[in-house]
Amino acid sequence: MNSTILITIISLSLLALISAVILYFVAQKFKIVEDPIIDEVQAILPAANCGGCGFAGCRNFAESLVRAETFEGLNCPVGGSQVMNQIAELLGKVAPAVDPKIAVLLCNGTPENRPRTSIYNGASDCRISNSLYIGETDCSYGCMGYGDCVKVCTFNAMYIDTTSKLPVIIDEKCVGCNACVKACPRNLIELRKKAKKDRKIYVACSNCDKGAPARRACKVACIACSKCVKVCEFNAITIENNLAYIDASKCTFCRKCVAECPTNSIVELNFPPRKLKEEIKVETVTN
Amino acid sequence: MKTFPKGGIHPPENKLTSGAAIKLLPIPESVTIPVTQHIGAPASVIVNKGDYVKTGQLIAAAQGFVSANVHSSVSGKINKIDTIVDSSGYKQPAVFIDVEGDEWIDSIDRSSEIITSVTLSREEIMKRCYDSGLVGMGGATFPLHVKLKIPEGKKCDVLIINGVECEPYLTADHRLMIERGEEVLTGVTILMKALQVEKAMIGIEDNKVDAIAHLTKLASDYKGITVHPLQIKYPQGAEKQLIKALIKREVPMGHLPIDVGTVVQNVATAFAVYEAVQKNKPLFERVVTITGKSLDRPGNFIVRTGTPVSKLIEAAGGMPEDTGKILSGGPMMGKAVVNTSIPVVKGTSGIILVPLKESQREEIKPCIRCGKCVSVCALGLEPYLMMKLSEKGMFEKAEIEGIANCMECGSCAYICPAGRPILDYVRLGKATVIKMARERRIKAQVIK
Repeated sequence: MNSTILITIISLSLLALISAVILYFVAQKFKIVEDPIIDEVQAILPAANCGGCGFAGCRNFAESLVRAETFEGLNCPVGGSQVMNQIAELLGKVAPAVDPKIAVLLCNGTPENRPRTSIYNGASDCRISNSLYIGETDCSYGCMGYGDCVKVCTFNAMYIDTTSKLPVIIDEKCVGCNACVKACPRNLIELRKKAKKDRKIYVACSNCDKGAPARRACKVACIACSKCVKVCEFNAITIENNLAYIDASKCTFCRKCVAECPTNSIVELNFPPRKLKEEIKVETVTN
Repeated sequence: MKTFPKGGIHPPENKLTSGAAIKLLPIPESVTIPVTQHIGAPASVIVNKGDYVKTGQLIAAAQGFVSANVHSSVSGKINKIDTIVDSSGYKQPAVFIDVEGDEWIDSIDRSSEIITSVTLSREEIMKRCYDSGLVGMGGATFPLHVKLKIPEGKKCDVLIINGVECEPYLTADHRLMIERGEEVLTGVTILMKALQVEKAMIGIEDNKVDAIAHLTKLASDYKGITVHPLQIKYPQGAEKQLIKALIKREVPMGHLPIDVGTVVQNVATAFAVYEAVQKNKPLFERVVTITGKSLDRPGNFIVRTGTPVSKLIEAAGGMPEDTGKILSGGPMMGKAVVNTSIPVVKGTSGIILVPLKESQREEIKPCIRCGKCVSVCALGLEPYLMMKLSEKGMFEKAEIEGIANCMECGSCAYICPAGRPILDYVRLGKATVIKMARERRIKAQVIK
């Protein structure tokens, strides 16, 4: 064999060997020792990395779960109790029962209810529009409709309806991760306990102006007349800052407040249609 | 000709009213005077419903040091103290006055004689500025007495007077310099005395040749005042750019002009200082430009604060059919207002009625990485990057990139060929970063 080739092969092999030895020692020195159980916990988690647990992604949450003494205050809203119980079993701990939550939008300012009084020509972003001016209507509290909330939803559970110009929350997909709540610059979205059959009753208004200016801006504004408070037998409704609010934990879905509200500000969703009073009267007469 | 070295743009000047002599706008039947017409703590109302007030009477007192007095601009009865909708649509507290005649308080010297000799001492001048509710009239409305108080350990060696008026359309300062030159220069002399400086430089853009000639001639009678023509470029009137152009000193990021030994004041502020110190007249009226391509009679008017903008539009011939936007301030940094019943305040330099076809923004397209925004930024920032960081919510990185130093001049958004709303996002980022920094400071103090 040519001596040049021999020298080349030997010197390159020597170089490779030296590099391999150096790399081995470096790898050993900088090795991060991690508890393999963290990987197992992470495998159970849904891998959505949505931040709904309050931690920086599923890996971070897995680390916190392994390190935690108890699971008090720790919950994955996406996986729910099924996932939490699985992890609890793996780690030999107990997962407290947490109610699934769902988001509602406390505004019903559609173009029909809340007329547009100006045209906004800036960047299509709720935070920007809110910092610049009151918005395209006379209500300085209501939804602006540019979809900051839709942009942050990682579960495709929201979209802006083209007729109502408001965000719609898809009950089946919403996991209550809180991202939209944080994104809304006017704090219009609220997380409440998921009720049976996805029923909801809430005051679809966040306007804190007095009754007259609120109503001038929007047909279905809450005017804080207190009729709902008086008719509620369960003390679930309170009025603060010219605005009524229904506490979902006290509400029994009797719907009396919905019928009583003079401006139709209170919204009921996923209920069967009411029987009309006239129909019942006719029935009793013919019987 | 002198100018600032970095960046800048040349929007069309449209100085439609530069030849229109200042006229007095008739006093309306009622005024709504906001209690906050300045940067700082809101003033506190000291009058009640039903009170009769005279023109120039104090109606709201400054609260604390960074605040300003507010005076009545008319005589009449106080109808109510309630909220009005401001230019952004939000509610602000204001005093509603039904006008009765025009009776001024006795202490104001109403003679037309121009008094050029300055007899008050420095302390008396500072007190007069505070009592008269003087604020920066360039648009920022920073309380004047705060700016005149030089902090310990710092020294001022030159006063710079801003006669640039670099915003297109606006001509209020221009007319003031031509028609009330003596008063402006006396005001400058008073400011020089207050700041204890021997030298004052007045910077005027070269599109105001008559003002430059007039003031140069008058300045020969005033000790220490020189007039300097400047190249026409936006934003020549910005503090840091003006200082760089006139005295070649660079104000470092995060610092103020006093840190390089100078203070900048607008010519309208100098005029207000003249009226306050020599005539004992508080600040309750100012020159406002009402302009627009479709207006019948655009012009410059002296308007009492609290006058609704609709009265100005009426005096200019009424609202044109094709009006798309109504701006308070200039087209670069001004604000599109929500209605015309908003009042003229101390900081209102002009009202521009923009035709509909010029009102609409371009279609937003993706960034083409052309770098034009970087080349026009007078502060040497990177607008495309700051916009991207704000959009993605990466505010910590935006802070490192210096987003809080942006002066919001709008040059980047003006030049962008893709029509991107750069300034909107940078403003959002700036507000968020400033809030974050404030929270950090408060946390640090709590820990201490």
